[in-house]
Amino acid sequence: MILKKNKVVELEHAVIRFAGDSGDGMQLTGNLFSDSTAFAGNDFATFPDYPSEIRAPQGTVSGVSGFQIHFGHTDIHTSGDLADVLIAMNPASLKANMRWISKDAIIIVDTDSFIDKNFAKAGYTTDPLADETLTGHLVVKAPLTALTREAVKELNLDNKTAQKSKNMFALGIVFYMFNRDYKKTFSFFESKFKKNPLIVDANKKVLEAGYNFGDTIEAFANTFKVEPAPLKKGVYRNVTGNLATAWGLLAASERAERNIFLGSYPITPASEILQELSKHKEFTAIAFQAEDEIAGIVSAIGASFAGAMAVTSTSGPGLSLKSEAIGLAVITELPIIIIDVQRGGPSTGLPTKSEQSDLMQALYGRNGEAPVIVLAASSASDCFYSAFEASKLALEHMTPVILLTDGSIANGSEVFKIPKVGDLPSIHPPIVEANDESYKPYARDNEKLARRWALPGTEGLRHRIGGLEKEDISGNVSMDPFNHERMSHLRQEKVERVANYIPEQEVIGEAEGDVLVVSWGGTYGVMLTAIEKLISEGKSVGLAHFKHIMPLPKNTKDLFSKYKRIVVCEINMGQFVNYLRMQFPEFRYEQYNKIQGLPFMVTEIEDKVNDFLND
Amino acid sequence: MTNTMENIVDTKSLTLTKKDFESDQMVKWCPGCGDHAILRAMENVFPELGIPKEDFVVVSGIGCSSRFPYYMNTYGIHGIHGRAAALATGIKLTNPRLSVWMISGDGDSMAIGGNHFIHIARRNPDINYLMFNNKIYGLTKGQYSPTTPQGSKTKTSPQGVFEPPFNPGELVIGAQGKFYARVVDTNLKLMSKIFKEAAEFKGASIIEILANCVIFQNKVHSLITSKETKKDNQLILEEGKPMLFGKENQKGIVLKGTHLKAVEIGKNGVTIDDILVHDPRTADTGIHMMLASMAPPELPAAIGVIRAVKTVTLEEQIWGAVKDVKESSSFNSVDDLLNSGNTWEID
Repeated sequence: MILKKNKVVELEHAVIRFAGDSGDGMQLTGNLFSDSTAFAGNDFATFPDYPSEIRAPQGTVSGVSGFQIHFGHTDIHTSGDLADVLIAMNPASLKANMRWISKDAIIIVDTDSFIDKNFAKAGYTTDPLADETLTGHLVVKAPLTALTREAVKELNLDNKTAQKSKNMFALGIVFYMFNRDYKKTFSFFESKFKKNPLIVDANKKVLEAGYNFGDTIEAFANTFKVEPAPLKKGVYRNVTGNLATAWGLLAASERAERNIFLGSYPITPASEILQELSKHKEFTAIAFQAEDEIAGIVSAIGASFAGAMAVTSTSGPGLSLKSEAIGLAVITELPIIIIDVQRGGPSTGLPTKSEQSDLMQALYGRNGEAPVIVLAASSASDCFYSAFEASKLALEHMTPVILLTDGSIANGSEVFKIPKVGDLPSIHPPIVEANDESYKPYARDNEKLARRWALPGTEGLRHRIGGLEKEDISGNVSMDPFNHERMSHLRQEKVERVANYIPEQEVIGEAEGDVLVVSWGGTYGVMLTAIEKLISEGKSVGLAHFKHIMPLPKNTKDLFSKYKRIVVCEINMGQFVNYLRMQFPEFRYEQYNKIQGLPFMVTEIEDKVNDFLND
Repeated sequence: MTNTMENIVDTKSLTLTKKDFESDQMVKWCPGCGDHAILRAMENVFPELGIPKEDFVVVSGIGCSSRFPYYMNTYGIHGIHGRAAALATGIKLTNPRLSVWMISGDGDSMAIGGNHFIHIARRNPDINYLMFNNKIYGLTKGQYSPTTPQGSKTKTSPQGVFEPPFNPGELVIGAQGKFYARVVDTNLKLMSKIFKEAAEFKGASIIEILANCVIFQNKVHSLITSKETKKDNQLILEEGKPMLFGKENQKGIVLKGTHLKAVEIGKNGVTIDDILVHDPRTADTGIHMMLASMAPPELPAAIGVIRAVKTVTLEEQIWGAVKDVKESSSFNSVDDLLNSGNTWEID
């Protein structure tokens, strides 16, 4: 059923998923589509979905690499539940993604790869294009490989090189479908392949051929357009959570006038933070790749003693290894920012999948009474502000801060309104002036209870600190039982008093009602989208999404008392809900948990909350 | 005009004494422990280095030796077991001006901190690393360590230690280490001299101190350190001098085939010219490794600076790169970075 050509259908938002073999260049294709989406003025969020192996066996389901983008005319907070368009470069990518597409999704396939040999690798017994597998879908069958070769015929490239740009053919088709200006992508080829004009030419030709193919085959009843989103005035860019984290740290370093020292060890999905800071020596950021996770944090503690803004970045297994050292930072009361990009656990677990299951480890995973500030970033762009706040709190309160992000926001990207660093809060670490005769290593200020920071090399402030219990005020080693009790309470209270320096918890929706949905960290986008929809339907529901975990905002208890039911949703088996049960046992909490290495879907939250509302 | 010189010369550093570095804390090592002598040597050397007293940092891990920072009036940090090398590295990279002294023991450096030990040797930050080797776990009261001689009976090796011990010097050299010295806790004068050389050497200076634990491993080094046997069992190395030892300095070391051998001058036609001359500066590890491996009763233990090969330090490279990148970068502020690359404006 082919309707009139070039009819343009306007969409509020759309979800596209690019999927192919690990070597098919799907991440690049997705990123180029994101750039074009930015030019089109849409709000958007993306999520890469790739295997933990670099090149898992070609053509198999485990080797499929995907990239999803959700873009819209309205605010976009998630990378989307189910895709409206799927680009499947081979049978395995079709097989792997059938459960992630909507019932009437458009599917574009490379028919050249839909051959017997590949059906077997993907686990199909028959050709999915010929049986009922794709019933209900509009399937665009394009011999991408052959068409790509044809498009670059005159360049006399060898077959392998020629075929390499077939992802750009697919991108061309999608550009046509969404009425995008494909020529804007040319400048990317020109800079990326600067040294190889032939490849620049090949990619341009293939992209153009893909676009024209979309136009000529008349496979589409219509094309689509998503009008620009009503974004606030300002300069925007696309950021992943890891990039935003690294930049938030750099911004804090500039505001605090303290050089960054990052001591880290590569680990998925946190390595990009180490990689990004390695690039920025112009800001006197020293990124030290240590021999292991322990040396990573301990070198940072050394740097903190010497006066740097000390950071270590890791994921769950690394946080486990750092536990003892975090205790050292607690007892020496030195500032350090510990970033845990959570992934599926336990042990090696699901390295490239996301989870919120390190919360208890962050709160309590140390020997002794070892309280630390715990924050959780809520989205890719919020990683910037959370890393900034974590730095400010660590430096001003002289304590370790654990910032929890997760694999989905760390690798996912979204539109980020670029702030001016000068507009961010100032940061004042309590550094002691030379020859201050009043200096005592463990004397504290009355409000924050922070001790002061005396930096080696400063005249008149020589002192010793370390992992043995310290005598209050003097900082001398002390095994006195009452001193230990006093110090334990002081360390706890110092962290609790941070509640005076963080914002009150906000609620989205009415201040009172039937169901208060509680969530924290990287699930924000999904929770917000779901709850706003329920609110717009007139439901008596509110959302309290927490970024400050330890301490909790001061109004938390008050806010919980205004709702009839409290439902805590998280990607684990109930760690935040159990923490809340300990903090405020007077309330009854219900919970919704998912532990599949996958984010919540908006529809899952809507359904679940509706169940509670109707129950 | 007459005041000019006085204004330039920093007289502060010239007037330091031992007293400036003595702490007011009670020293709690056992009476007779070798650590007391090491502390004295440190207090002797620090005032002589021409370094302002606030620029010293003493760093340690865990163990008897690692209480050291509390006993020196400097900046100090007592860390966690095995990780002092990482602490020291972080301090030095943050502020290269500081004179960083790291104190560790054989358990701290060879067992739990073995990984950090080889990496600090390889990376070569300018840190002075003192490893007190008493060949036992003292603070935990008498378990065998990775340097305890095979066969020794300890609390955790009632049938004798099954494992062959590490030789720390072999590890340093095998790990690309550039400075390795060995001293004994009974020779205060030599210890002070070697500490000074270590301080002046730019790079990771690793000093193994044969220290005596009077309680759990008494006299473990006695063949090397006792009055009666030391002359025959210590080869005190000096740069450019022949490797001589023995009561009358009548014995020497020669290279025979691929091995070192002890010989006596005047016997079997051996003359002073046959004796190896010590060259700690050569990058070649061959003789250095053989010297580090020598042990009584077959050969004397090498004492003194075995290896001191000058090369660039880690912090020189990192801070050099900081300077270069600052000069070439187009980012003057974090705002520049945030606004770089693909951005778009909404009016």
